[in-house]
Amino acid sequence: MDERVKNILASFRGHRSEIIPILQAVQHEFGYLPEQEMKEIAKFLRVPESQVYGVATFYAQFYFTPRGKHEIKVCLGTACHVRGANKILDALERELGICCGETTSDALFSLEKVACVGSCALAPVVMIDDNVYGRLETKKVKEVLGKYA
Amino acid sequence: MTQVNLTIDQLDVMAEEGTTILQAALANNIYIPHLCSHPELRPAGICRLCLVEVEGQLLVSCSTAVAEGMVVQTATLEVEKIRRLAVELMVAEHERTCLSCGKNNDCKLQEICRFVGVDEKRLASLQPAERKLVDSSHPFITKDESKCVLCGICVRTCREIQGAEAIDFISRGYATKIGTFGARPLQESNCEACGECVIRCPVGALLPRGFARPSREVETICPFCGTGCGLFLGVRGDRIVSVRGNPGHTTNRGRLCVKGRFGWTFVHSQERLKTPLIKRKGRLEEASWEEALELVTAKLGRYRGEEVGVFASAKTTNEEIYLTSKFARVVLKTNNIANVAHLCHANTVRGLLPVTGSAGMTVPVWQIKEAACLFVTGCNPTEAHPIIGLEIRQAVRSGAKLIIANPREIPLCRLPHLRLPLRPGTDLALLLGIAKTILEEKLLDEAFIAERTLNFDTFKASLEKFSLAEAEAVSGVPAERIREAARLYATSKPALIFWSMGITQHSHGHKNVWALAHLAMMTGNYGKAGAGVAPLRGHNNVQGATDMGATPAWYPGYQLCPGYELYPRFGKFASSKEKFEAAWGCELPETPGLSTVKQFNPRARGWGGPEMWDLPQKIKAWYIIGTDLVNSVAGSHGVRQNLEAAEFVVVQDIFLTETAKLAHVVLPAASFAEKDGTFTATDRRVQRIRRAVTPPGLAWPDWRIICELAGRMGYGDKFAYQDPAQIMEEIASVVPLYGGISYGRLEKEELRWPCYGQEHGGTPVLHVDRFLRVEKGEFWPLEYELSPELPDEEYPLVMTTGRLLPHFHYNMTAKVEGIEALGGKDFVEINEEDAAALQLKSGDMVRLVSRRGSLLSRAKVSKAILPGVVFKPIHKGAVNLLTSADFIDPMGTTPNTKVCPVRLEKA
Ligand code: SF4
Ligand code: SF4
Ligand code: SF4
Ligand code: FES
Ligand code: FES
Repeated sequence: MDERVKNILASFRGHRSEIIPILQAVQHEFGYLPEQEMKEIAKFLRVPESQVYGVATFYAQFYFTPRGKHEIKVCLGTACHVRGANKILDALERELGICCGETTSDALFSLEKVACVGSCALAPVVMIDDNVYGRLETKKVKEVLGKYA
Repeated sequence: MTQVNLTIDQLDVMAEEGTTILQAALANNIYIPHLCSHPELRPAGICRLCLVEVEGQLLVSCSTAVAEGMVVQTATLEVEKIRRLAVELMVAEHERTCLSCGKNNDCKLQEICRFVGVDEKRLASLQPAERKLVDSSHPFITKDESKCVLCGICVRTCREIQGAEAIDFISRGYATKIGTFGARPLQESNCEACGECVIRCPVGALLPRGFARPSREVETICPFCGTGCGLFLGVRGDRIVSVRGNPGHTTNRGRLCVKGRFGWTFVHSQERLKTPLIKRKGRLEEASWEEALELVTAKLGRYRGEEVGVFASAKTTNEEIYLTSKFARVVLKTNNIANVAHLCHANTVRGLLPVTGSAGMTVPVWQIKEAACLFVTGCNPTEAHPIIGLEIRQAVRSGAKLIIANPREIPLCRLPHLRLPLRPGTDLALLLGIAKTILEEKLLDEAFIAERTLNFDTFKASLEKFSLAEAEAVSGVPAERIREAARLYATSKPALIFWSMGITQHSHGHKNVWALAHLAMMTGNYGKAGAGVAPLRGHNNVQGATDMGATPAWYPGYQLCPGYELYPRFGKFASSKEKFEAAWGCELPETPGLSTVKQFNPRARGWGGPEMWDLPQKIKAWYIIGTDLVNSVAGSHGVRQNLEAAEFVVVQDIFLTETAKLAHVVLPAASFAEKDGTFTATDRRVQRIRRAVTPPGLAWPDWRIICELAGRMGYGDKFAYQDPAQIMEEIASVVPLYGGISYGRLEKEELRWPCYGQEHGGTPVLHVDRFLRVEKGEFWPLEYELSPELPDEEYPLVMTTGRLLPHFHYNMTAKVEGIEALGGKDFVEINEEDAAALQLKSGDMVRLVSRRGSLLSRAKVSKAILPGVVFKPIHKGAVNLLTSADFIDPMGTTPNTKVCPVRLEKA
């Protein structure tokens, strides 16, 4: 077992109710939830692996692939949706060569979708790390990404 | 049970306390729509279609218990409104292609829509569901997410019934779906492919692949393992199209494992033998029955006594095995009659005769859940006896203690348990350590020992010098853990011990078995429900093969042959030769016969006195029924050489096995689905199998072939049977254990031997007031011994072998499309430390080399196996090229298969 997980688990009692805090701690350490580590958690808590995965996928806060250096969040809230957020998402996916929820192989970008980020007036909106890019058009996608290369 | 009075829709009804409103309504023919509730599963309250109104309150009827005076209304305006909305929402998200759906007319959602009356027009206005791809990557199960109503029945089935816990709800909101860990395909998860979720899915989201609806069903027994599950073969025309577990069968209660449910297609395989074959100029060519039988009569008929060897098949029926045994002795005048039990439980069977008088599993499979402690050693029930594996899981979930002794982490290790990770071949030291602790800590059942057993003091004295430190040093299991196991076993009663090849396949295997039986006797664990021993039989009818005397040691019914009066206490049973000469109406051979390994390696050491060790090969001809000896016997190279050198070999089988390829004549036999007869399960239950379809081509049932040959060899009068029922009548007349068994009774009764006569109801629990045959159980002195071949510098690892879930041996399941995809691939499992030292990673090609041969496989690096040990599945890759047939057990003649020193090389 990875020493890091061992240390994390050592601070818990092994009760089922600890599942969320453990998942959080592991994600904090690894940046995401690696499968091997989730299996260790299942063993530790004596719950089925499928259930650990079920719980983890229920919460938006958990990631299952390593995070990129920069996190791209595409808003798919109502306003953005109406203004073509899906097209922006498509363009990003094409440009980065990954699907939503994944990370580029150079570990530079992760791509996520989110619900309304509260900047509806600027719809469609994409956030990269803490920066908001509003009124985005598909042809500007490349340029925006360029700033982070 | 207290009854509760309530009214449902103005009807006064009575229901047992604790039942739900839904159950009470359905029992009184009041329908309440329900989707997520299933009679075999705990209520979940997910779909909310089963709403009812009780005193103005809306309640979920599937999870609300009835109460005295309750007034339930199932169809108020309010209920109907909410229900219709819920149904419409569900249907709106559901892919509506009913006409092409495999579930059409059998679908719960359709049933509910009809009842509720869904408005098609309104439906049309709702958004159609986004079509998700149908996942048909699994060989036996198709998954169509667009049809899933998220009732969770599959999740609960997998958890509550199967205990595999492979699937759960994953993700959330609109994206919620049913999936495995990591959202992988089922076949890459913990899924055991039992198909239980598929048969319970109320809609077409989970469907079995390639099934058609049968026009009739035939009740029969599974042909794979010894668990003996009941099933129905669904037939259409002359073809099997489906299989369904028999819900009324007490062993499996409707459940089946992957083999039982999906493995039947071998019956219709193109590769079935359809005509007799005769070898001409080195090639097997098609021939007529007349030609083939004439040739066999002329050639086989030349050999008598010690010149000929006969193999009965543990896959055939009792009737056929009985005839094989009779044919060998009456027609060929030989006691060289053997079967694969000599490679597996002969050490148990012959070993236990002088201890407890019988090696039968002491209790029915359905009593496993009554045990308070399950000691599972040298076996892997989840994969090799899957339904027994389920019973163990259920027992543990309801609180039974589990002890697992195994060098590998078997799937049962996912349950709470006490693990004894012993080195292969050191079972005896471990077991004696447990016995010693029971002695020292006075955890004995003194009364039982005094009243029901003999010679306890001799056994006790033999343990005097043995210490726990020694047990630890030899087995590698910490002494404290051994003590803990002893306490757990001795104080949780009733306790049941399970074992299989890990215990028996040693040249001192009978001692391992003795030790286990001694543990049960020391603690009084005999003769009670849920207590005793469960030596799990491998083949569907290997129990029957031993019962029917397919062994040199006894005639049918454990009635001893001359030369096998090994056990002084059986004085009065010394030899039943005269009895059988009278019954069969002819003289029988006097010379003791040879069992499986000895027939091919007469120089094998261990059994009999040293004068029996270095025998010359006297056998010139073999008649082999349904046994692939070339793959299954240890030291298989020698088997091949012997068969190649033989003057005449007849093989009778359903496929052209590696063994059949070496034959001079091959006779095509009928499979289990094409004939009538009986199989005896591992728990001694004698069960009917029934003909469902016609054998392919010219194939005949084995019993008919044997009778035909006997007739041509001049014994027609002794082999004149109309049908298998008549053979069973004869068996009942000569085998007291089967004395009361008849086809008539088997139609309506569940009978386990001993069943002494028409009035006798069979014996669910063995050894109740006295031990079968020996009256009193007998202790024997025991000292541990090491395996005859140990690892050294050249061969530093110990190879041990076993089964994988999807496969049953090889010849039948290899013909089943899809089994391969389910992890039937060959590998050799190696501990990560050893792998690191050899710079191996999973998937690397490796050469496995023993002192006897070598073979290629792929490495599977794992934590689940002890360092120094490698595990190789038996199904493929001719593992017995590596094992040795040089050392066999003095009582059971079983070879030392489970401890085979090897080295691993990168290939
Ligand atoms: S797959 Fe079938 S059983 Fe499972 S949740 Fe969906 S509809 Fe229910
Ligand atoms: S096939 Fe059996 S093990 Fe696999 S998911 Fe379904 S119920 Fe679970
Ligand atoms: S457990 Fe054995 S008898 Fe039962 S279905 Fe599976 S293979 Fe057949
Ligand atoms: S919907 Fe995108 S910011 Fe509100
Ligand atoms: S049947 Fe009661 S909530 Fe589904």
